Amino acid sequence: MQGSPPIQAMTRTGAQILWECLLREGVTDVFGYPGGAILPAYDAMLDYPIRHVLARHEQGATHMADGYARASGRVGVAIATSGPGATNMVTGIATAMMDSSPLVCITGQVGSRLIGTDAFQETDITGITLPITKHNYLVTRADEVAPALREAFHIARTGRPGPVLVDITKDAQQASADFDWDAAAPRLRGCRPPAPPDPAVCARALELLNIAERPLTLAGHGLQLAGAEPALRALAERAGIPVATTLLGIGAFPASHPLNLGMLGMHGEAWVNQAVQEADLLVALGMRFDDRVTGNLKTFAPRARKIHVDVDPAEIGKNVRVDVGLVADLGAALAALLPGVLPVDRTRWLSRIHTLKGDAAVRDIQQLPDDGHLYAAHVMHDLWRATGGDAVVVTDVGQHQMWEAQYYRHETPRSLITSGGLGTMGFALPAAIGVRLARPDAEVWAVAGDGGFQMTMAELATIVQERLDVKIAVVNNGYLGMVRQWQEFFYGRRYVATPLVNPDFARLAEAFGIPAVTVRARADVVPVVRAVRARRGPALVEFQVEQEDSVFPMVPAGASLDEMIRRPSPIVETGADA
Amino acid sequence: MPSHTFVVYVEDRPGVLNRVASLCRRRGFNIESLAVGHAETPGVSRMTIVVETDAAGARRIEANLAKLVNVLQVQNITDVPTVSRDLVMIKVAADAAARAHLMQLVDVFRARIVDVAPRSVVIEMTGTEDKIDGFLEVLRPYGVLELVRTGRVAMVRGHVPAVRTGTAGEDTPADEATHSV
Repeated sequence: MQGSPPIQAMTRTGAQILWECLLREGVTDVFGYPGGAILPAYDAMLDYPIRHVLARHEQGATHMADGYARASGRVGVAIATSGPGATNMVTGIATAMMDSSPLVCITGQVGSRLIGTDAFQETDITGITLPITKHNYLVTRADEVAPALREAFHIARTGRPGPVLVDITKDAQQASADFDWDAAAPRLRGCRPPAPPDPAVCARALELLNIAERPLTLAGHGLQLAGAEPALRALAERAGIPVATTLLGIGAFPASHPLNLGMLGMHGEAWVNQAVQEADLLVALGMRFDDRVTGNLKTFAPRARKIHVDVDPAEIGKNVRVDVGLVADLGAALAALLPGVLPVDRTRWLSRIHTLKGDAAVRDIQQLPDDGHLYAAHVMHDLWRATGGDAVVVTDVGQHQMWEAQYYRHETPRSLITSGGLGTMGFALPAAIGVRLARPDAEVWAVAGDGGFQMTMAELATIVQERLDVKIAVVNNGYLGMVRQWQEFFYGRRYVATPLVNPDFARLAEAFGIPAVTVRARADVVPVVRAVRARRGPALVEFQVEQEDSVFPMVPAGASLDEMIRRPSPIVETGADA
Repeated sequence: MPSHTFVVYVEDRPGVLNRVASLCRRRGFNIESLAVGHAETPGVSRMTIVVETDAAGARRIEANLAKLVNVLQVQNITDVPTVSRDLVMIKVAADAAARAHLMQLVDVFRARIVDVAPRSVVIEMTGTEDKIDGFLEVLRPYGVLELVRTGRVAMVRGHVPAVRTGTAGEDTPADEATHSV
């Protein structure tokens, strides 16, 4: 191997080709967990300048790669062995698929001759992940490694991003083949780059847009995936159109912008949901009309024409019948639309929305006195204040996630990292590790409930071993809070399997070697957060919050967006929720 | 619900049929019939898929099939003039006495007897599904012992340049990939 002239194709083992390809794809960090069938790849890794983060569970490794991808826009890479290593990745892969996150997951597989024999740690991971990946590969020969990986990276990041799995047999890692990077260029006849925006469709969209009196933009994750946030801002300001965001759209439009209304949907702001129902035009950008966003489809935005712009043709007309469907990259689509957008005076509509806010401010828990209680919403609000709104917040799933979305005001793209579509508890801690590596400059907070935190808390050890500066907030209400809330509202307060007997989170963190503090009073929130920020290195803050607080407003599943359960107004409040 | 017929060109690789079938299952579409074989271009297979769904469902399945990496081209030919055929082989109980009657029926339906045994015959027939169903009704009284059907294969009539698969390595024109609703 030594001294071979560079012009000739290099002979490498499949394992070496794997790392050569990752290097050339620009990969600097991978997240993984070794095992028998992937050992040749791990052995070869030592010779390559790529950082490997040893997770404590392959689900964690996959969430780390996902967090890395979401925070940076680059492809995240996770690696695991065959059998249980591969199946442990499944939840992470499905999470990435639902939220269009570009991942390449590499798994070892038993030797090609053993496939189909139920060999030790054999599992059909390409079969298992077929419906939850954009595409996947089973590689059984060393000379197939490079083409499969190049295609995998291309597919993961092109069009609507998503996860791709490459399963490589042990003998393919061990055998040698000529490595020729150029010859391995993707040949994907069935993959076409997004077509440029159709001018005729753009013209119809502009017709609707320019005559609309009560338009509303619904900004989704696709805007951030496409880097089209500046174009969104230009459109909103030029046309005077207010912007509502989905959960994953948060950050696509500055929270402090006068045209930003906030989040819509099941736990969206009341006035936003009302505005959706009153609007005469919805401009849906890079979002997919999820049921958590629309409520009852039959009564969703009944007065509105709908323009839907998305890079994925299969999203157009999937849930909501639209008047104009524009399939294109969001940046290209908005660039094509912008010159035709007329500045229209929409002050009447904007003042109507202002009226809709009505007593929302009075009902807002921010305005409620804490009376010695610690409310999770207050914690989020104070976390925002104490961090100056500059942190990248990685949330788990549940009540704290909704309060974060409502009370932490995100000004910049990719500053809220959260599992939206799949709603994966246990996401926050490992994803925050990935975010930490992707954004070495940023302050990173993992925010989790007591339930979700315990699903993946083993990754505390990863934080310590890798010496990562991740701040952790555990919002502890002693319940699986969101499920408890549903039981309270819809199941007659029968709290089945939702109360949690928890460990002492602070002592637990200290056992891992992570400094920790417990906060029980609101007055301590800001000082503790400030103290934690001032010190480099990981820290865990446990917030012991109100046990039976609920997230408001709430659109019950299947109800119309304007049929919300509101937080009782303090003026008539009797003390009972709902 | 009406049936929709799709012509799908796919790369001739292991697992592609599984991907197509899995997609239909996962998105909740019931496949009425699926036939697959080599197409005119080497390395390319052609599927004819019949799915029971409404117009919105048909658009959805077309768009989702087109997203599969190994799928080169999808065309919904439901509302296009097509030639559509099903091939069936039927083993019918037939002693010497019944054989003559059967041969008459085979003539009437323009089918063919492809195997004769002492107590049975195998009849082959090509035609539309309706015609084959009609033939089967007539045969049932004799005793159908075995039956195998290929499922529908279909081709657009005349010269319709809409379906292009290119040759191996050549890029497929992108115009068909643009879906505007």
